Amino acid sequence: MTLLELAGLEVAYGGIKAVKGIDLAVEKGELVCLIGANGAGKTTTLKAICGMVPTHGGAVRYQDRDITGTPSYRLVERGLAMVPEGRGIFRQLTVAENLAMGAFVRNDREAVRHDLEVIFELFPRLAERRSQPGGTLSGGEQQMLAIGRAMMSRPKLLLLDEPSMGLAPLLVQKIFETVRKISAEGVTILLIEQNARLALEIANRAYVMETGTITLSGPAAELLADPKVREAYLGEMA
Amino acid sequence: MTDALTRLKQHPAALWVGFALIAAALAMLPFIVGMQGQTWVRVVNNALLYVMLALGLNIVVGFAGLLDLGYIAFYAVGAYSYALLASPHFGLHLPFWIILPIGFLVACVFGVLLGAPVLKLRGDYLAIVTLGFGEIIRIFINNLNEPINITNGPQGITLIDPIRIGSLSFSGTNELAGLDFTSPVKYYYLLLALVLVIIFINVRLQDSRIGRAWEAIREDEIAAQAMGINLRNMKLLAFAMGASFGGVAGGMFSAIQGFISPESFGIFESIIVLSMVVLGGMGNIPGVILGAVLLSTFPEALRYMAPLQKATFGREIIDPEAARLLIFGLAMILIMLFRPAGLLPSEVRKRELATERAP
Repeated sequence: MTLLELAGLEVAYGGIKAVKGIDLAVEKGELVCLIGANGAGKTTTLKAICGMVPTHGGAVRYQDRDITGTPSYRLVERGLAMVPEGRGIFRQLTVAENLAMGAFVRNDREAVRHDLEVIFELFPRLAERRSQPGGTLSGGEQQMLAIGRAMMSRPKLLLLDEPSMGLAPLLVQKIFETVRKISAEGVTILLIEQNARLALEIANRAYVMETGTITLSGPAAELLADPKVREAYLGEMA
Repeated sequence: MTDALTRLKQHPAALWVGFALIAAALAMLPFIVGMQGQTWVRVVNNALLYVMLALGLNIVVGFAGLLDLGYIAFYAVGAYSYALLASPHFGLHLPFWIILPIGFLVACVFGVLLGAPVLKLRGDYLAIVTLGFGEIIRIFINNLNEPINITNGPQGITLIDPIRIGSLSFSGTNELAGLDFTSPVKYYYLLLALVLVIIFINVRLQDSRIGRAWEAIREDEIAAQAMGINLRNMKLLAFAMGASFGGVAGGMFSAIQGFISPESFGIFESIIVLSMVVLGGMGNIPGVILGAVLLSTFPEALRYMAPLQKATFGREIIDPEAARLLIFGLAMILIMLFRPAGLLPSEVRKRELATERAP
């Protein structure tokens, strides 16, 4: 079953087209990654899915319903959660309060309390710092908090925007392991990354984006072996 | 202090005794200060009006983090709503329980009217627009005596009806159980009741889903949206709630004074109310109340400087009016230096200043 589908999606800033009619699909249970260089239009695509920028053509379908232009706060209720670029931690609120805020749309208090413990199990580091303000965490911890917070809404589809940004290589490894773990739990994930190698290693399928268009797509393992990808994104000589 | 509070909370009986003591003190307050003359009861009433205003502004500034420098406009809207509906100006004399909700609603509408165009503004820009809004309202009121006389312009509106509930008028003196219930004393009880209602609503709001949504918006608007919070509605709600409390306070001000003019609603008033919120402790209800009480009564106490100077030096050395503002400013600087998060800061504000210093 297709959970998310982009059909001919176009986004423009002023007169400049950032996304030039792309098609993309995410099946239920998959981990799909969208890779590409800086300025390829990856984040814009994600913002368009979430209704954070207006689209200029094409459609976004989620669970077989057209959600083009639906504001992001409505999508959370429907199980579409996003971890924004730059993490967007509530700096003054504690780790526990941040996580609780993630469950804003939910009314089942008992289950929320249970999920909080699940998140703390997934990220023991957050449990240690549960009463510390979010702003005092390190970059990696903040990324964990952002992912954990998005998980608190019990998403069906999780959109991750550059979780590796600004993190030390060792931490990036750790974050990606967790992403894989979350995927294994049955959450569908669309991962947007510049770190192509790591993203391709954990993903089922992948799309390569260049200046607003999808240039390549297919199973992640195939792309990882593709000489063009190896040269352009993995820094290897063909 | 906090330890004492937690210990108190473990003894429900002690808590109730505490409540009873506070209630008794509040009930007797007008008669105690009234022994020094009715002026002091009026000072207390004035303080209660400011508590209402500060609590209203605290919703906008403290809870939702939207800096509003034109808050007094809603006070003006409430005051004029009351004055126009209960004075010889239009020949209308509607009863108080009809005007109060009308004042509440009109202020609420003005709150949304201000809120809608500034939804996308933040920080300094928001402050500038709200500042302008406050001035626009005042200038409108000042000039709406031509071509159709609506507000009577700078002359203001006089002979505003005092509040009347049934056969009980709040203007004269009644005697009950050997006590003189003067007009200010009666207004004191009405104001106290309104303040208690507003405090109750504030406390409930803060602990509710709405309160949490405001907290998220104050911290990070984009992240708040990603949590599923409807930014537009929540911001408008903050403006509307804050405005409506200001409107109610304005209506009471009209009734108590019996006379209003645009002069009472200048920018300085907006700044004073904001100072109360910031000085007391933004976002913390007890702090805001303390700030309002201190800042509204302190300048009154300084009026006694003149007789004091005469007694010690035999003549007035410093003009008390000028010195009042001087000391007022000095006190503000001292508080900001030694208690930058306010006198009774909220938990989050305390953390904010701690994290700013720590790393």
